[in-house]
Amino acid sequence: MALYSEKVMDHFRNPRNVGVIEDADGVGEVGNAKCGDIMKMYLKIEDEIIKDVKFETFGCGSAIASSSMATEMIKGQPVSEAMKLTNKAVAEALDGLPDYKMHCSVLAEEAIKNALEDYESRKNNK
Amino acid sequence: MIYADNAATTKMSDAAIDTLTRCMKETFGNPSSLYSIGQTAKEVLEKAREDVAGVIGAQPREIIFTSGGSEADNQALLTAAALGKKNGKKHIVSSAFEHHAVLHTLERLKKEGFEVTLVDVHENGIVRPEEVEKAIREDTCLVTIMYANNEIGTIQPIREIGAICRQKKVLFHTDAVQAIGHIPVNVEEDNIDMLSSSARKFHGPKGVGFLYVKKGIKAENLITGGAQERGKRAGTENVPGIAAMATALKEAASKLDENTVKLSAARDRLIAGLKTIPHSALNGDEHSRLPGNVNFCFEGIEGESLLLLLDDKGIEASSGSACTSGSLDPSHVLLAIGRVHDVAHGSLRLSIGETITDEECDYIIKSVGEVVEYLRGFSPVWRDLVSGKKQFIL
Ligand SMILES: Cc1ncc(COP(=O)(O)O)c(C=O)c1O
Ligand SMILES: [Zn+2]
Repeated sequence: MALYSEKVMDHFRNPRNVGVIEDADGVGEVGNAKCGDIMKMYLKIEDEIIKDVKFETFGCGSAIASSSMATEMIKGQPVSEAMKLTNKAVAEALDGLPDYKMHCSVLAEEAIKNALEDYESRKNNK
Repeated sequence: MIYADNAATTKMSDAAIDTLTRCMKETFGNPSSLYSIGQTAKEVLEKAREDVAGVIGAQPREIIFTSGGSEADNQALLTAAALGKKNGKKHIVSSAFEHHAVLHTLERLKKEGFEVTLVDVHENGIVRPEEVEKAIREDTCLVTIMYANNEIGTIQPIREIGAICRQKKVLFHTDAVQAIGHIPVNVEEDNIDMLSSSARKFHGPKGVGFLYVKKGIKAENLITGGAQERGKRAGTENVPGIAAMATALKEAASKLDENTVKLSAARDRLIAGLKTIPHSALNGDEHSRLPGNVNFCFEGIEGESLLLLLDDKGIEASSGSACTSGSLDPSHVLLAIGRVHDVAHGSLRLSIGETITDEECDYIIKSVGEVVEYLRGFSPVWRDLVSGKKQFIL
């Protein structure tokens, strides 16, 4: 039996939306070197719709796959919908993660929320 | 496929498999029985004991067969603790990068009122004998220092530490699980009182090992019951496994010089090649290390994703990253030699086998370089390092 599902390995081997958005409307970074996974999310938002999203991840297979899947799930979604993304939904979309790897998917959820909060605060400061 | 995780476990040798199957078919008797098939099994068992003892310079009666290295470590520590308790000595000296079979047993002993001093393993991953000497007190009942570290492969000055213990009249145990069959070990010359070993690290079967206990030391039972192993380890002996271990060990000992030459050349080729990857560093001393061990940290990446991508390229290795162990902390060994978390997560251990070729080494070097570069390409940590937001450590 493999450690990860086919879906996880697919997103790990061919991560979607990898990279940086230079003129992002919201940027979020979570995790720390201590636990071993760090994620950075960049959002491009127009009319409250997530037009583009990119990520960078330092982390394990599960962290990279969760970042990739999470970006796919929110791309093209309204901000209000993206705010509702849960790590459970990310893990389910990946056909599950090993129990001890669930914290890596929590980071994906947090990175997106973090980026959305950054977007909101920039909007309010305009 | 290049299997480079021999420190985790090895493939059984053909000779060991032959012994194992022959023993299962032909000498299935219980060595404690008096009829012929039982006595034949007994002969096989005692021959294995002689062979194992012969390789490490011990007497056959000083060998207790166990279920592996962990059991041997447990029995050694609990033996010293029982003797210590009797003499009012409840202090133990060890090191921070021992295997968990030792460290967790020490934790258990702490709960029983033992005090433990862990000596420094320094940046090069080598314990200093004079620091062991300083750590020994009036009430020290045991010094336990591993022969060679399982992650970074550093070989410890066992003979010197043993000599100090002899002089101070303190019991000395060494976890030699990674050393036996790979480097010369002699319990007499090395001044060792107790030694643990595991068959699966030298092409023997899993679930078999032995503990050497010097004559005159009363071993404490972990498993009580029948009178097997001179009453020191109850339970009908795993005769086929033990016989196969003896075969594997004799074979490893006879090929030791040849393998050392071959493996250390391959190891040095790998080290030289991997060093050319920017912001990488070898973990542990370059010279006093097991012939087959290579362990590197690569800054800006995480070990598990490195392993998964190497696996895709047909290379099987291991890492001390947190995410490969299921805990949040990276390897206690890497932390003990002073690697900070940021760097310790990006480690790679290659423990190569005797069949490795130069071409395979070069393929490993090339593949690791490619994967490290790829992962750095979308690592926010690497970006911060390159942009100067964070300082490089390596
Ligand atoms: C240094 C060391 N000690 C002890 C052990 C445990 O041996 P076993 O799995 O045979 O119980 C190992 C194996 O990983 C080891 O490397
Ligand atoms: Zn992770």
